[in-house]
Amino acid sequence: MNVQVPAEKLTAKDFASDQEVRWCPGCGDYAILKAMHKSLADMGVRPENTVFISGIGCSSRFPYYMATYGFHTIHGRAPAIATGLKLSRPELDVWMVTGDGDALSIGGNHLFHALRRNIDINILLFNNEIYGLTKGQYSPTSRVGQRSPSTPMGSVDSPAEACVFALGCNARFVARGIDVQAKELGELFSRARAHKGASFVEIIQNCIVYNDAAFAGFTEKAVAADMQLHVKHGEKMIFGKERNKGLKLNTQTFALDVVTIGENGVTEADILVHDEKNKVIAGLLSGLRPPRFPEVLGVIYCDPAPSYETAVAAQDAAARAKGPGDLDKLMRAGNTWQVT
Amino acid sequence: MNLQADDIRSGAPDGAPVPKSDLDAIVVRFAGDSGDGVQLLGSQFAQETALVGNSLATFPDFPAEIRAPTGTTYGVSAFQINFGSRPVKTAGDQPDVLVALNPAALMVNYKGLRKGGLVILDSGAFKDKDIKRAGFTVDPRTDGTLKEFRVMEIDISAQALEVAKPFGVSQKEALRTKNLWVLGLVSWMYDRELKSTMEYIARKFGAEDPIGKANLAALNAGHAYGETHELSGDVAPVSVPSVKVEPGTYRLVSGAESLAWGLAAGAQLAGLELVLASYPITPSSPILHILARMKQYGVTTFQAEDEIAACCAAIGASYGGKLGVTASSGPGIALKTEAIGLAIGTELPLVVVNTQRGGPSTGLPTKTEQSDLFIAVFGRNADAPMPVIASRSPGDCFDVAIEAVRLATKYMTPVMLLSDGYIANAAEPWLIPSMADYTPFKVAFRKDPEGFHPFVRDEKTLARAWAIPGTPGLMHRIGGIERDYNSGNISYDAANHQKMTDTRAAKINNIADDIPEQSVEIGEAKGKLAVVGWGSTFGPINRAVANMRAKGHDVSHIHIRHIWPLPRNLGALLKSYEKVLIAEMNNGQMLQLLRGQYLVDAKGLLKVSGQPLKISEVEDAIRAQFASV
Ligand code: SF4
Repeated sequence: MNVQVPAEKLTAKDFASDQEVRWCPGCGDYAILKAMHKSLADMGVRPENTVFISGIGCSSRFPYYMATYGFHTIHGRAPAIATGLKLSRPELDVWMVTGDGDALSIGGNHLFHALRRNIDINILLFNNEIYGLTKGQYSPTSRVGQRSPSTPMGSVDSPAEACVFALGCNARFVARGIDVQAKELGELFSRARAHKGASFVEIIQNCIVYNDAAFAGFTEKAVAADMQLHVKHGEKMIFGKERNKGLKLNTQTFALDVVTIGENGVTEADILVHDEKNKVIAGLLSGLRPPRFPEVLGVIYCDPAPSYETAVAAQDAAARAKGPGDLDKLMRAGNTWQVT
Repeated sequence: MNLQADDIRSGAPDGAPVPKSDLDAIVVRFAGDSGDGVQLLGSQFAQETALVGNSLATFPDFPAEIRAPTGTTYGVSAFQINFGSRPVKTAGDQPDVLVALNPAALMVNYKGLRKGGLVILDSGAFKDKDIKRAGFTVDPRTDGTLKEFRVMEIDISAQALEVAKPFGVSQKEALRTKNLWVLGLVSWMYDRELKSTMEYIARKFGAEDPIGKANLAALNAGHAYGETHELSGDVAPVSVPSVKVEPGTYRLVSGAESLAWGLAAGAQLAGLELVLASYPITPSSPILHILARMKQYGVTTFQAEDEIAACCAAIGASYGGKLGVTASSGPGIALKTEAIGLAIGTELPLVVVNTQRGGPSTGLPTKTEQSDLFIAVFGRNADAPMPVIASRSPGDCFDVAIEAVRLATKYMTPVMLLSDGYIANAAEPWLIPSMADYTPFKVAFRKDPEGFHPFVRDEKTLARAWAIPGTPGLMHRIGGIERDYNSGNISYDAANHQKMTDTRAAKINNIADDIPEQSVEIGEAKGKLAVVGWGSTFGPINRAVANMRAKGHDVSHIHIRHIWPLPRNLGALLKSYEKVLIAEMNNGQMLQLLRGQYLVDAKGLLKVSGQPLKISEVEDAIRAQFASV
């Protein structure tokens, strides 16, 4: 390509497309979009080398609002399309935006395979525990009892847990953030992009129209400090207004307990240190659910392994090392005969 | 009755003897248990036959079960070959010779044998329990079942065991050399060279492997058996003279091979790398296997988690600026339809190969059919036109694949390429093409930001600009939601949707100006009767029409390659005949299409048995057309 890449620093605005954003006023998606615009500018990526691929749902409108390349595909299939793109163009930054219905219901199979295959794409799952675009049916992450047009007496369907699912698929990068926590989200985006292999980020997202306040139990200002645990690699898992609560490994049950430092003989030394390479801890953390436990946020697990497209490209390169194949020769190999 | 190993009974009172020398063409069918190595036997014999310069066509007829219990009729595998000194167009209606390696193989196949034909059977496999298991109540050799045929019984099992003894292989391995013993015998009967098979054995096993040695010995022993037993009369060696064909270098090619090579060739002509994304399915998988070994030809393959993902990954690759291809068969194609619609809406190139098989649902996975014409042309939600082209024979797949790539990239559209189970597995001698003989159709990606939007179109082809990620200044968004004609942005506007729908249709319809006019294969461009076919029915229709013309009938053969859009002149051409007969292996899909398009009162010769159309069936249908004037 002959076009000179301008060296000037891009701002958040440069990553916003000229399209009018059409989410409901007050939707959590706005904050995520804004965080992404800023985050990409901060990371210094080039819009022409960045692609957003989405499925179907409110969240999947995301690519239209990015001044990058974008592909709004079909319901549930974004991981497969992103896989095809990344396989053929490994040098591109490929982001995938999906929702709880798109990723965990109709597209569950593709998400599973993208994660276990460990293809280098960044998967952002906006989890609002509802079908917004189709007007409010319960979703695979809705809690039991959720009333919706399709469950007037309350859902009796046991919910899927996004991060638990991702870990079960052998994802090598699993993280969780909240729509309105722009700074933390920005960090997660940057970590996800830096991670070579499939990165999975669950974003707790408020659907103000069909499932408002579904996460208030841990997002409301009044309870946030007590109900959110922001984990950091190498740091103690301490939370709470007073910074005196923490997670302790119960060696009897092999489960995590919420303990209070200074009570029942618990000292800071008893609090577990987060090790993002430890899959057992990641498994325990991702299964914690409010209100009994705090919502765990941050990078829950990160332990890179060779990515799929790299291995494919290596095989292709090895086969091509001796120069390009000659079809004329190939077709004439083996048993042939002359007719004169 | 205890029969001698080399007992040959000349039985058929009314059957004509097998032609002895200077054969025009002869049809041999090998049949045995799926573990008997019948496919190898057949394909090696085909290879030997090709090398002596005969024209030939083969029909591998697989059982649906991979590991059916031995000795059962549903575990029977067969391989039919038709070879001769005149151009052979089909694998043959009726075998002249049937080799049955067990009673089940006899049970499944004897009824198809020509009266007076020769049955060679392995008497060593005709134990009471084998006979019962095959479904015979009494020994078919003794109750007149085979009275219309000539029967040669040889205890091939005993021969194979004996020959393999010195090599110390197990009894099981020894019995597995039966196929090569038969190959030796049949090669002697038809004067074929054993050299290519010997080379094959050496390649497969190496010089020192006892199993390889046993196989080689069996091959030679079968050959020697024919020679030393002086098989008299009508099974004496016959030579089939070579056929007069166009000069050049030839090879045997299967449809799957030439299709895979054609895709790679097409990508090369377009100046693109090829990404094949597929999911295993019978009978399409060989395309994946072949392309997986072609990485050095600019090919990347991806075995996806399912059919939908395969199609989507191919679309993702095309979006990235490669040639995305997905290959499957009926049920898999059904799963891909939503994604194909996305490629139609976003106007991305994509080649969808459909190796058709018997249906509906799982249907007959190993049998052939042409019943996916409707799903190819119409099988999507909404008005979603795409080009459809069909291959007529194994070798033809090469050119058809190139044409599919050309249309997909030139018109920014998915293209469906129809092959079928018969074409994919069958092999025929093929005049190997030279890449230099094909005109490249290099893709030019859009680079210029001036006046760009993703749906800016080429005035002539109506193809949209292909701008790929990574291109500075051309960042854009595409998607499944309707796009504005003038900007490519989302649009729910009524008039715009009408315009885009019309444009998508016009783009595909215009392809009719870019494809050859419909020609007539044999016969005049007007007259009493046209027999119209498409796809793998080419051989039987062509031969049947030639035969009927030789008998003085005014009948022509038209064979359609471009199914959608149809050639511009096809309607007028069909109307220039008094009668039109559509011969196809489905319940009347091309028939409906042509009646609908042209209001012609066409009639159908429709066959949906999982077996290829026979020459005699087409001849009968032609006769019936003339009788009903
Ligand atoms: S329905 Fe809910 S998720 Fe969808 S845009 Fe509106 S608020 Fe956002």
